Amino acid sequence: MSSTVETTTAIHPFHIDVPEEALDDLRRRIASTNWPEKETVADQSQGVPLALIQKLARHWATDYDWRTVEAELNALPQFVTEIDGLDIHFIHVRSPHEDALPLIVNHGWPGSIIEQLKIIHRLTDPTAHGASAEDAFHVVIPSMPGYGFSGKPTGTGWGPERMGRAWAELMQRLGYSEYVAQGGDWGAFVVDQMGLQAPEGLLAIHTNMPATVPADVDEASVAGEPAPSGLSAEERRAYEQLIRTYGQVEYARMMAARPQTLYGIADSPVGLAAWLLDHNDADGQPAATVASALERTESDTGELTRDEVLDNITLYWLTNTGVSASRLYWEYKGGFFNAKGVSIPVAMTVFPGEQYQAPRSWAERAYPNLMYFNEVDKGGHFAAWEEPELFAAELRAAFTSLRTTNGGRQ
Amino acid sequence: MAVQVSAATEIRPFTVDVPQEELDELRRRIQATRWPESETVSDQSQGVQLATIQELARYWATEYDFRRLEQRLNAVPQFITELDGLDIHFIHVRSPHENALPLIITHGWPGSIVEMLNVIGPLSDPTADGGEAADAFDVVVPSMPGYGFSAKPASTGWDPFHIADAWIELMRRLGYSRFVAQGGDWGAQITDVMGAKAPRELIGIHSNMPGTVPADVSKALASNVLGAGDPAPTDLSDDEQRAYDRLSFLFTKGIGYALEMGLHPQTLYGLADSPVALAAWMLDHDLLSYLDIARAFEGEPVGKLTRDEVLDNITLTWVTNTGVSSGRLYWENSLGFFDIKGATVPAAVSVFPNELYQAPRSWTEEAYPNLIYFNEVDEGNHFAAWQEPEIFTTEVRAAFRSLRDETRSS
Repeated sequence: MSSTVETTTAIHPFHIDVPEEALDDLRRRIASTNWPEKETVADQSQGVPLALIQKLARHWATDYDWRTVEAELNALPQFVTEIDGLDIHFIHVRSPHEDALPLIVNHGWPGSIIEQLKIIHRLTDPTAHGASAEDAFHVVIPSMPGYGFSGKPTGTGWGPERMGRAWAELMQRLGYSEYVAQGGDWGAFVVDQMGLQAPEGLLAIHTNMPATVPADVDEASVAGEPAPSGLSAEERRAYEQLIRTYGQVEYARMMAARPQTLYGIADSPVGLAAWLLDHNDADGQPAATVASALERTESDTGELTRDEVLDNITLYWLTNTGVSASRLYWEYKGGFFNAKGVSIPVAMTVFPGEQYQAPRSWAERAYPNLMYFNEVDKGGHFAAWEEPELFAAELRAAFTSLRTTNGGRQ
Repeated sequence: MAVQVSAATEIRPFTVDVPQEELDELRRRIQATRWPESETVSDQSQGVQLATIQELARYWATEYDFRRLEQRLNAVPQFITELDGLDIHFIHVRSPHENALPLIITHGWPGSIVEMLNVIGPLSDPTADGGEAADAFDVVVPSMPGYGFSAKPASTGWDPFHIADAWIELMRRLGYSRFVAQGGDWGAQITDVMGAKAPRELIGIHSNMPGTVPADVSKALASNVLGAGDPAPTDLSDDEQRAYDRLSFLFTKGIGYALEMGLHPQTLYGLADSPVALAAWMLDHDLLSYLDIARAFEGEPVGKLTRDEVLDNITLTWVTNTGVSSGRLYWENSLGFFDIKGATVPAAVSVFPNELYQAPRSWTEEAYPNLIYFNEVDEGNHFAAWQEPEIFTTEVRAAFRSLRDETRSS
């Protein structure tokens, strides 16, 4: 019996080593893509434009090098451990500062652990980035079930609630008796669930996609009705953004209804790439942020580059997780931006390019224990990926008060 | 000038001739399919099941006769003519019987002219299968713009209104001064629009997917796509409530593909690049027809919807690379699928039991003020002509019988 227990809670080091044949096959498939005709419009209103995806495909098949990011990932301590019957892959970087605050960061869709790579060192080693040792975090970044190198569920039930419980188990297994959690996109759903579950040891959460919408406003926005009366200017703007968002999430509705039907994102690299690029992230433009990143070949300041976008897409391809990742939309039956009733301490950062800008008024009602609220002037839905410096600064600021009040933790 | 005019209205014979290399390439791609994992449920609730599509792929690559489609199409007279700047492909079979009634039949998505191949003979030559010469039709079956061997629009505007205008022009060009029109799915919408335009030559329409939903009911359905919104109207009869419930299921769970094609058809690159992706996407039109088609691949076809028929349609879409261009019609469309379109000409309706919804007689009488025929039949799904050609033929004959009497006596 004891050996069984030991096996299922064991934490195994993990190393990525993609066979060269898999990369050859990927390049071959990209090069032999059968293309449709061009869109019949001059803008992005019919989806990812042909010229954009063809240009990306050319680079992907010829100059792009997966081995670079593979080496970057392998330079980080990665592990796999079985939680609730499923192998969970995670990055775990301990700060050189022993009294660092343990932090679990959750990625979203169409993202992965790739979104978080640029914040790891900034968070674990703040003194190397102009911040103080008191701001240090021990950082844990799991791949969600069905994403990246985590196992793919073979049964139903792996929604945000179950992931929340799994992450609490993971942090406990890593020996962290007190920790905080952070997320955007699906990661925000998971940290909200963790906030609701309030497992022992979870001190607070930070979200960059907060769920703040009051019930009556939520119902109206989901139904596409005109804004309810009595909204402030800020709330009215948020309402209009919600309406815009709900008009742009058909990919999500498809994945929620029929994820298995998306065989093209398993069989066609370009099919997968276009599907992952087409996340509405600004003003109805598919992938405005990501699309503009495709024109950026390098960045000294951490801005999103073309190769980072391809790192993420290639990770999906090599792990064949297009469909399994989509299944999370099918699993989830709850609301999107409606207030969930989280009562533990909450911090949030409002990024201007997020689906909607949570008004402070709603945020205070949705999260009665709101300890930090800040609106920043740049960054969008993929905040950690787009603005790692700012994102890291926000996390430091978000949890400062906890460190002070829990000063005896070390 | 005169030469140009005659060129533009010229009707050219058309023969299908698919190069062998294209068929070889199709087979190669099917066999090289990279599959996702199996669905995590034991039914179709996550979409097209892996075992079903794998059996389809096996049959398609190893047993299906790729020349079947070509032979079937070339067995009927096909033509191309330019309508409003676009080459339109159509089948045109004149009846051997005098006084045959000219009929234009419009297919839908994910269909094509393949849907109609089994009704052309019985409709044009009724005496060959025990019918009356008095029921004969001259049959015209066009491929919609962006479908099959019709050209793909290079700019916007080919919506159901535009297509309806083109069909009216086509029938005039063929010399028909009196004709009727028939359709299901998109064909039903186009036929309804033709009925609303009511050109003097159009003496009646028949629909197997009538648009009958009253405006208040339609609004309640549309606002409930995400699960909130207007309550169901309370004053519905049993028939109407049944129709509402079917449509409500469809709008919330059943048309993810239509929403995605309506928003971002161009993003669906997998449909052009992966035969299996295209096949799955086309199989997953609606629950009841999917279940029937799945049975075809289990060796138990329902009606005439055999695996060869299904693959004829998918193969046509593949060899013409029209997965994306056909989806663009959803983007072009601004009509409510099941809304009343305002047809004023004499209208006939057949209600098939496994259609997306069963139009109640009460709604139908309101929707079509000049309703000349209404019948509920016992068998058949969304693809009425394809699955139940005999019932369909009987219905179309019965639907227009009264118009022939008027035609003759006038």
